[in-house]
Amino acid sequence: MTSQQSPAILELRGVTKTYNVKQGLFGTARPLKAVNDVSLSLPRGEVLGLVGESGCGKSTLAKILLGLEAPTSGQVLVDGEEIKAQDRMTLARRIQPIFQDPYSSLNPRKSIFDIVSLPLRVHGIGDHSHWDAEVRKILDIVGLPARVMNTFPNQMSGGQRQRVAIARALIMKPEIVICDEPTSALDVSVQSQILNLLGDLRREFGLTYLFISHDLAVVEHLATRVAVMYLGRIVEEADVAGLFDEAAHPYTQALLKSVLTPEPGLGVPDTQLGMAYPNPIDPPSGCHFHPRCPFATDLCKTRPPRPVGTSVGHVECHLHDPDGPMFDRRAA
Amino acid sequence: MEKPLLSVQNLTLNIPVGGGTLRAVRGIDFDLKRGETLCIVGESGSGKSLTSLALMGLLGKNIQRTADRMEFDGTDLLHAGAGTMRSLRGARMSMIFQEPMTSLNPAYTIGDQLTEALLLHKSVGREAARARAVELLEKVGITGAANRLGQYPHQLSGGLRQRVMIAMALMCEPELIIADEPTTALDVTIQAQILRLLYDLGREMNMAMILITHDLGVVARVADKVAVMYAGELVETGPARDVFNTPSHPYTRGLLRCIPQPGKTERGSTLGTIPGIVPSLIGDVEGCAFRTRCPYAEDACRAAIPLREDGTHAFRCIHPDGKRHAEEEALA
Repeated sequence: MTSQQSPAILELRGVTKTYNVKQGLFGTARPLKAVNDVSLSLPRGEVLGLVGESGCGKSTLAKILLGLEAPTSGQVLVDGEEIKAQDRMTLARRIQPIFQDPYSSLNPRKSIFDIVSLPLRVHGIGDHSHWDAEVRKILDIVGLPARVMNTFPNQMSGGQRQRVAIARALIMKPEIVICDEPTSALDVSVQSQILNLLGDLRREFGLTYLFISHDLAVVEHLATRVAVMYLGRIVEEADVAGLFDEAAHPYTQALLKSVLTPEPGLGVPDTQLGMAYPNPIDPPSGCHFHPRCPFATDLCKTRPPRPVGTSVGHVECHLHDPDGPMFDRRAA
Repeated sequence: MEKPLLSVQNLTLNIPVGGGTLRAVRGIDFDLKRGETLCIVGESGSGKSLTSLALMGLLGKNIQRTADRMEFDGTDLLHAGAGTMRSLRGARMSMIFQEPMTSLNPAYTIGDQLTEALLLHKSVGREAARARAVELLEKVGITGAANRLGQYPHQLSGGLRQRVMIAMALMCEPELIIADEPTTALDVTIQAQILRLLYDLGREMNMAMILITHDLGVVARVADKVAVMYAGELVETGPARDVFNTPSHPYTRGLLRCIPQPGKTERGSTLGTIPGIVPSLIGDVEGCAFRTRCPYAEDACRAAIPLREDGTHAFRCIHPDGKRHAEEEALA
């Protein structure tokens, strides 16, 4: 959609994932498009923040990238090579996840050494002394003392557990890390430590992150590019300054409005979104966002907007389509 | 001078554990007038949730509760019997819990659960109770409220369930609402809507509210008064404006530095951290509990810590201004 200066390490071309969902015991299965024709490209070393409300398809997209779900149609390319063509072991060396809840993502019956060294053992790399050295090295990098190797997850705090999860993700030296809400379960003082760590690791190892979060302040802080997802579609994508300083899509504007900065006296903002996030099995006609959009017209109810390139990314909204009839109202 | 609706002095909660006594809450004081919102902010384990349970008389039997005073509109909560507490709970003081997924009973319909408290406390008929339930569901922004009464919790999304919880808490028009992290599990857009709703309803019904949260953005936007809790103690209290504009306890300032603040924190910069961990509260805690993590700790911090008051703004620190001026000068 937009031309990138550096080659993309991760590229999605028209990726769609459809689930067939049965409603009720005897209901007929109906298609639910969790991810709907998504195209994105992520240059090496960048952090793509992916934001959107629950049910918008963020986590499905993450699963597709990890190879845990196959897209119904479309292509996912890592370094120009389609991931369908790569076997899971190869893919796992290149892409690793960090999950939200460090309390449930670590096996409580395994020691920290077992948890962190598992990827090496699965891939048959080295022997015990090599594993030991590698685990020590990676624990040091994520800021844990080597003595935790023989402890178990229940002896650790939430922040320490998340460091273990990061160590496990990084021990295979992946190129891409998918972070799915990595700090939402943590206290603010621990959250800032983990965010600093993720930033340092990225600079040190040239990592590329897909950073999924509903905390826009955190996304603004860490991401270099941001994609806003709504009902399976990327409705706006831009670099971080473009998105946070000049949001184009009305939905992005509403999301930004809902951020509560710690400034007393401002009160709680009115997002004017109305209440309900639509049921993804019955997406609204035309532009999926039109029932909640303050600028919606009859055109929005009937015709879906096309992606329009901007100087910093792309946006899907009739207001920003220079060939469309609503372009003049953009300033409103 | 208006008499406070709720008055708490020297509330202390001790939990006998294997190796001694866990001093979970260590002598906290606060007052709350009608129509006022108090936010208690702190990290996990600081004792904020236990404080709210202590007010409601919902503590586990093993937890020892003492206080010099704990009064709700003239009723002594310390010596109130089970019957008195039952007549207050749900009717004049009610609670909104954190997890909308687990705090509704899956085996009863929304309508049954909503009307239960009203039927129990007030002499109203079933029809009137259901009418009131519909009215409140509409007020909290649930569409098709009449049809929702027959639905079960699993048929509702997280945001809807949380709104049902709020409607339930409001059924008997309580004078005091205690909300424990009411929006933590929700999307930012829903969070803004729910907070706005609570705020507006509080004004409309002249309700007092205690909001427990770890989100400083939420605190700044809804609180009249703020109480910062650390290791079972209120380390800083005061009007929201004072606490956020002139944060005097080093812990309060530490917390504010940990969160990325849009427009203030430079994107991608290193966030502030609070090194170290919360001390163990088992056995006697002497001096300032924050001294192990505080950059300004001195030997004097091991002794009794003076409470420094400036009108309504108060904090506990041996340094006259909590080293606020020194820190501001260093930054300038």
